[in-house]
Amino acid sequence: RDFNERCAQCSEVNWGLTDGGRFYCRSCHNVTERTREVVNTDFFTNSRVQTISKGLRKQEKNDGGSEWYVCEGFQLVLKKQVEALEALGVCPQMKDEILCNFWRCYLQKSKQAYCKRPAGEAVKALSVCESSTDVDSDPERPSLLHLLSLSESEGDLQTDCSFASSVSKVSESTSVYSGSVDGSLYLMKNQKEKLNMTMPMTLSFCYMALLWVREPMTLSELLRYVVEGHIPYLNVFQHFPEKMKLCGLDLKIFCVESWPVYEEVFNKMHELAAFLDLPRFPDITESCFLHPDMLCMKYLMEANLPDELHNWTCRVVKKIGIGEVDFLTLVPGNKSTRKVKYDVLAAAVIVVVLKLLFLLDDHYEWLLSELAAERNKNNIEGGPYFEFKKWYEVVKHSLDVEQKKLDEERAKYLWRCEKPLFYSAKKKSEVLKRRQMVVNLKNQFGKLSGSVQRAEKPNPSSFQLSWSEENTDGSCFHGHSLKGILQEKCGLLTAMNPDYWLCTVKLCNEKLCGHLAHYREVEFPQSYHFVLGLFSFLLRVQPSYIHDEVCMIEHKLFNKKLYKKLKYNTVLRK
Amino acid sequence: SSNEHKLNFKKSKEACLSYIQDALLQKQWERAAEFLTYYVESLEKDYSRENIGPSEMIWRIGTEILWHHSQSSLKEFNCFMEQMKTLGVKRYLKVCLEHVFHLLCNGQINEAYQNLTLAESWRFGEQTAIQDKEMKLIQAYRGLLDYYSWSKQKNILLEHSEDGFSDLAAEREMHGYFRKAAVNLKEIIKIPGVWDIFVKCYVDLLEFYGDHNEARQVLNEYAYNSKFPANPNAHVYLYQFLKRQGESKKSLLSALKILHDIVPSHELMIDFNTMLQKSKKRKKRRLGLEVIFAALDYAGWKENPKAWSCLARQVKQIVISEKHLDWIKQEWNSRKDWWPAFHFSRYLAKRNWQENKSLSYEKALVAGILLGKGCKYFKYVSHQGCKAQLKRFRMLKKFVNRHNPVYLRISG
Repeated sequence: RDFNERCAQCSEVNWGLTDGGRFYCRSCHNVTERTREVVNTDFFTNSRVQTISKGLRKQEKNDGGSEWYVCEGFQLVLKKQVEALEALGVCPQMKDEILCNFWRCYLQKSKQAYCKRPAGEAVKALSVCESSTDVDSDPERPSLLHLLSLSESEGDLQTDCSFASSVSKVSESTSVYSGSVDGSLYLMKNQKEKLNMTMPMTLSFCYMALLWVREPMTLSELLRYVVEGHIPYLNVFQHFPEKMKLCGLDLKIFCVESWPVYEEVFNKMHELAAFLDLPRFPDITESCFLHPDMLCMKYLMEANLPDELHNWTCRVVKKIGIGEVDFLTLVPGNKSTRKVKYDVLAAAVIVVVLKLLFLLDDHYEWLLSELAAERNKNNIEGGPYFEFKKWYEVVKHSLDVEQKKLDEERAKYLWRCEKPLFYSAKKKSEVLKRRQMVVNLKNQFGKLSGSVQRAEKPNPSSFQLSWSEENTDGSCFHGHSLKGILQEKCGLLTAMNPDYWLCTVKLCNEKLCGHLAHYREVEFPQSYHFVLGLFSFLLRVQPSYIHDEVCMIEHKLFNKKLYKKLKYNTVLRK
Repeated sequence: SSNEHKLNFKKSKEACLSYIQDALLQKQWERAAEFLTYYVESLEKDYSRENIGPSEMIWRIGTEILWHHSQSSLKEFNCFMEQMKTLGVKRYLKVCLEHVFHLLCNGQINEAYQNLTLAESWRFGEQTAIQDKEMKLIQAYRGLLDYYSWSKQKNILLEHSEDGFSDLAAEREMHGYFRKAAVNLKEIIKIPGVWDIFVKCYVDLLEFYGDHNEARQVLNEYAYNSKFPANPNAHVYLYQFLKRQGESKKSLLSALKILHDIVPSHELMIDFNTMLQKSKKRKKRRLGLEVIFAALDYAGWKENPKAWSCLARQVKQIVISEKHLDWIKQEWNSRKDWWPAFHFSRYLAKRNWQENKSLSYEKALVAGILLGKGCKYFKYVSHQGCKAQLKRFRMLKKFVNRHNPVYLRISG
């Protein structure tokens, strides 16, 4: 498409691509001999088009592979991911319009394409001077071992150093160090301006796109789908075409051996949005799925809590202003506003509401529960009153069962994929031998596993826990009433509970110590731990993460009282 | 950092291992096998940095599962072991050896022998020198199997000779096994260690072919060389050998003395005491008393009639001669606080009387002397004995009554 020569036959500039990768004139159907290395781009144009016309790129290497750049790899990864999202029901515009544009913008900003001097040229220059026999003799060129030691992950592949050390001393072309052209460049540390791509960052891209179109999918859901295998992540590279050979440092870039964490993906997404100079994102209004009122409804259902609690969550949301459009909508680059974690926020609101109504100090909630139980025993008209104790028992049981399943699943993850990886051609036979042995052993012991079949991948579901009103055993609490714990005052329904305990009196400086509060160091009531644990399971984040949000909400809610108290305290001290 | 809880390959496999461990401990072989299938891919990340890497884990776990699983066959087991041998060259001989042990436990002697021979011929650069110890063990076990072949041949030949046949070929075969066995067994017992079975077999061979000097030397080395770990059995073997050779009492006693020092509760203490009692030397007789008291300190001897009869005999003899009562006093001093409850309770009196009258007789005699005629054990047993009109119990009662003052002297 960016091929600008005139057609030999009809002098038009209207090119298309045949299946064989050749240019043909759309007007007269003249097929040229000019081919291009197509890296599966019905997605969007190949960023490397400029180099074709300059004739710099070699077509084939002797091992049947061809040159490819790291960003092409990531492009493929993103394509696979967004296709998976589409299969999950996400709107198709996300792929063709949103993500594609984000990606193009990224390539441009990071000077990997769509600009005058692609980074690829710099790499060429390096490989040309690669005639020295000893890599370490060139002080500017980082040694292979040095590159390997730079790592964002915990050094999963650091042990591969033992492979690399046998490779570094001999003079060979860059293909030994990485299958891609710029693999080694990618790992060098000048990332400040460039923001190099990483595997976790692909999910940041996805999330950013989801947020832009305001899809009803939270980040925690996205990450859960990734772990459950509905969205490719771990071994996406096995879908790279044959010609894109992966070896050496490519492994460090594309083969991850850990699941990304919410915080990581979230923070990177914001960094990315700022880097791309994106404008204000589309407004998150009350009718959006990501609005706290909506998410609270969802989580209340999932946590098997009474629908009536929704009134309370809405009240809290309104009171502290976290339902406002300006609060919720993302403005990239704005460092003064706190970045909103929609799912964690909603969960935290529910926790605060529970604290407001039940206190959760390991005494009051049980007391209330007993009162409700008494009433329920004698009088069933008007529907049952909500009993904290019963709810606790039912939910804890289910939670324990699911947690146990999850723990077992975690132990059963298979990290390797069909496509074997070699660090270098030398190690190929050894790797294949090992692979064969692994397969043999799996078969041998698989037969002895009895009739246990690995369960099919569960269908992707937005809800992990579900409760049905039709169950006669009373295990669904959605319809239960909060009457027992509420009272009327001045025409307004308030909680009978007069007290509240703050998770923390003073919030920490997030920039200094990374957290707003410190969950692990203080002893909180068991009920509080339980509630945090429940949402921690549902969102697959650490309880401390939710705890931080709870602290933040509490401080907004009790702002005036706190301010007064602090002022009073300082007066006293003086 | 917040990445501590991140789930990665390493943590996932660690969790997998703990599930395997739980399953093994609960003998859930199918479940263990299932989780092992998820674990094996860590072989592809085995760089042997940890003390026990994935390949060793898989070897050990796989062996356990295949050994116990009801649906696993020996063929599968052998196939698995062969794979494990190729996994880690540093462990090659160890795996071979353990494989041989399993085969032997399963009665597959010939297969075991073949494996040993194969392992013996293994060479792998500097590894051969590093795994020298394992190689010696392999040779030793092959020597052991040669010994068993020799032993079988020998028995066959003995049968034949009884029938009047002579079989030169078989004899030569037997000698062949002897040579092969002797060479290897001799080598391993040079190295400090616990080689009971090798020593026994080697000595057996030497004795058969009349090389008693060598046998004595070997046993002395095994028992007295300080480089070897302290091993009661070494002294037992030496003692038995000396006895077979008809050696003097003096050398027999010196061999047993060390055994008494190491294991006062050893079953040979009865022989020891018997010999010592008969000795003309006062010191030896004194030692004998010490030995038998020490043996009876142990719970395993409580109901042993022979031991009690030894003690009874010696005590009786001392009392009658009225010499060396202080010996009894010395031995009794450290025991008078706990022996009464330990040996001479009323409950035991009843039980001993019911189960073994001879035992109760001997014990009653000792009790009567040590604790006087008023002690419950003696009273009960002698009363029962007299009621049953058993002569010796009447004699016992008279004896103890007569010598009651002795008790007073001892207990004072």
